[in-house]
Amino acid sequence: MKKLLIWLPLALFALVFALVVNGLIEPSDRIVRSAMVGKPLPTLQLPAIVQGKPGIDTAAWPKGTPRLLNVFASWCIPCVAEAPQLLKLKQAGVQIDAIAVRDSPAEVQAFLARNGDPYARIGDDAAMRAQLSLGSSGVPETFVIDSRGVIVDQHIGDVRAEDVPKLLAALEKAK
Amino acid sequence: MIAEAGLAALWLATAFAIAQLLLGAAAARATDPAAMLPGVRKIALVQALFALLAFLILIWLFVTSDMSVLLVAENSHSLKPMLYKIAGAWGNHEGSMLLWVTVLAVAGAGVALFERRLVAETLSATLAAQAAIAIGFYAFLAFASNPFARLNPAPADGQGLNPLLQDPGLAFHPPTLYLGYVGLSVAFSFAVAALLMRDVGPAFAKAMRPWVLAAWIFLTIGITAGSYWAYYELGWGGWWFWDPVENASLMPWLAATALLHSVNVLATRDGLRAWTLMLAVVAFSMSMVGTFLVRSGILVSVHSFAVDPTRGTFLLALLGLYIGGALALFGARVGTVTQGATFQLVSREAALVLNNLLLSVILGVVLIGTLYPLVAQAMGVQLSIGAPFFEKTAVPIALFLVAGTAAGPLLRWRKDSAQALLSRVTIPLAITGVAFALFFAMTGFASPIAVLVLALAFGLAAASIAPLWKRNLRRTPLPIYGMVVAHLGIAVSLAGMAADTLFKQERLAAVAVGDNLTVGPFKVTLTEVRPTVGPNWSALEARLQVQRGAAEPFELVPQQRFFPNPPTNTSEAAIATLWDGQVYTVLGAADGAGRWQLRLWWKPFVTLIWAGGGLIALGGILSLLGRVLRARREAREREEWA
Repeated sequence: MKKLLIWLPLALFALVFALVVNGLIEPSDRIVRSAMVGKPLPTLQLPAIVQGKPGIDTAAWPKGTPRLLNVFASWCIPCVAEAPQLLKLKQAGVQIDAIAVRDSPAEVQAFLARNGDPYARIGDDAAMRAQLSLGSSGVPETFVIDSRGVIVDQHIGDVRAEDVPKLLAALEKAK
Repeated sequence: MIAEAGLAALWLATAFAIAQLLLGAAAARATDPAAMLPGVRKIALVQALFALLAFLILIWLFVTSDMSVLLVAENSHSLKPMLYKIAGAWGNHEGSMLLWVTVLAVAGAGVALFERRLVAETLSATLAAQAAIAIGFYAFLAFASNPFARLNPAPADGQGLNPLLQDPGLAFHPPTLYLGYVGLSVAFSFAVAALLMRDVGPAFAKAMRPWVLAAWIFLTIGITAGSYWAYYELGWGGWWFWDPVENASLMPWLAATALLHSVNVLATRDGLRAWTLMLAVVAFSMSMVGTFLVRSGILVSVHSFAVDPTRGTFLLALLGLYIGGALALFGARVGTVTQGATFQLVSREAALVLNNLLLSVILGVVLIGTLYPLVAQAMGVQLSIGAPFFEKTAVPIALFLVAGTAAGPLLRWRKDSAQALLSRVTIPLAITGVAFALFFAMTGFASPIAVLVLALAFGLAAASIAPLWKRNLRRTPLPIYGMVVAHLGIAVSLAGMAADTLFKQERLAAVAVGDNLTVGPFKVTLTEVRPTVGPNWSALEARLQVQRGAAEPFELVPQQRFFPNPPTNTSEAAIATLWDGQVYTVLGAADGAGRWQLRLWWKPFVTLIWAGGGLIALGGILSLLGRVLRARREAREREEWA
């Protein structure tokens, strides 16, 4: 009994140590992955938020070309940071559609004027319903939709310069 | 050039630490260790001087605003007041780690310079252990957190220091806590050396005791000051938030408090040998765990992209090495430590064992609460643990501890009778009962636990003075006074905590200029809201006229400050300290219609919390003074004999 007691502190420490190692390897701010990856895109019907740009109606989307679906908001700072990369992707011929979360037409208009407009369509998701149905937990997030309309990848956080080739490769694979 | 000199000093300190480890280990096994000891002592001193030099150079870089140094550019600004430039040196990760290891080296040098009672083998092993800890943290600085890294090209100016940290109290808060944290390293090294050399006894305990006391005093002051800082700077009116960083400072304190009591038993009665060794290891382990938790960012999960994973891994490896190593050594060797003096179930020793057990349980609870989010995460759940958990678990155990604190000093060493104890605690018990009835009648069922705490505080106050009863006060040794004052401090602090819970009054309202509010016995009138500027901030301030009854009104001026570098808003609470409590006022946002949010508290006797903390530290100081004076006297007497 006493023998065991003597080694108890070390055993407890080993336990705590293992926990902490686990905590370090998998940081707790690990982002919530969407359960929708690998599943077909849910049907979304969102009205247009800015004039002259259509909203989102996935039922009417032509199959056959992969595309990016960007979840963003004008009030989101990382969205400003990722704007140049999205423009680059657009120049590379990628079709980018967007969902504006909890936003207003005037704000989105101003955001596009300031940061450039990479989007083909922008849907208005005032109540975050479409965002939730995608399994997205924050802004910005970018989903890769393949030519059959299946979500094949989810990029969480702002798209950085080093992410552009990765996204292009994912789109190439999604053809 | 100067930054490179700092780095060079750091490397030289590392080299001397390695020499200290090798020579110390050699001396511990040599046939004539006393001959080698002076060399080890000198090396320890030189190592500390180089570490100190590196730290002073870092301060110099901050004072001169050398923006070509990355750390200065990231954390300082040329327009900052001088005090905060200096404090900026340790108000960041790299600088604070440098301070940490500097304190470690200086504490080691202190042992090398002043320790004369311990046998040469054990002292050499202690210095070697101290050097072994230092080497790991020097390596951490050199490979994962170089404070002297350059930035090329140098920016025109720096990015400033977090405004929350721009406060004179906080400037000196981390160094105080670090002195406590790292001071415990000495106890750790002593314990490791004692286990290695199989030399556990009163001499070892007497050598360790002043270091534990000193570290504990700094921890007490650091925690008290930190709590007051959070209270007035964060503007929430609370004084303890059970936040991981606070817990990180509380855990070593709990362990050190237990150690402090058990080392006394070992020094005077030669009992509790294994306990003392264990607690010495645990106390510094908790310091390292605390440093790790704070520095790795593992528990602060606000999308912490700034946290460098290599740092966390490096620190964790050091932790595994030192704590794991010491605990393994404990397991392997403690069986060979012979049992010390024994004692009966009702005795001072038994009360101190109870104290150790209860403190350890509280420590365990706080540790579990702090780490539980990691456990949950390992099981795939994300959660955080807040104040309710700690209040439900730690507080009830603490109540038993308070009762023990009251009764313990009234027990005799080795053997006593329960009946005698009962007769000695009659008065404190009666006071507790009367106080409970009185306060319960005043507040009812609002918070029975707080009423109990308050009543126990009165009982403890009476019981803690009792050891002086019928004693010749002029011949009573200082350590006894130390104990009385420290225990009284606990009572005072508890009374403040309970009074804050039971009697505080809060008002939150939107008011226009000219309106008035009442909070407690005070009438508060908003007379003006106006802009103002400071050295590196601008602010809106509200002028509040506060009046109690027909007394002379006084003015309080809470502010909302804006710091441009980096852009941050802080709210500066305005607090009036009266003899019977504090009026605490915070200016909130404007509602756009000419009204301002005002948050007012009347907190009767809340100041007792920190006054009690001060008394606890004072008790430690008295005790330390008594020990040091006595050791000197004994040394002098030995010389006269020789």
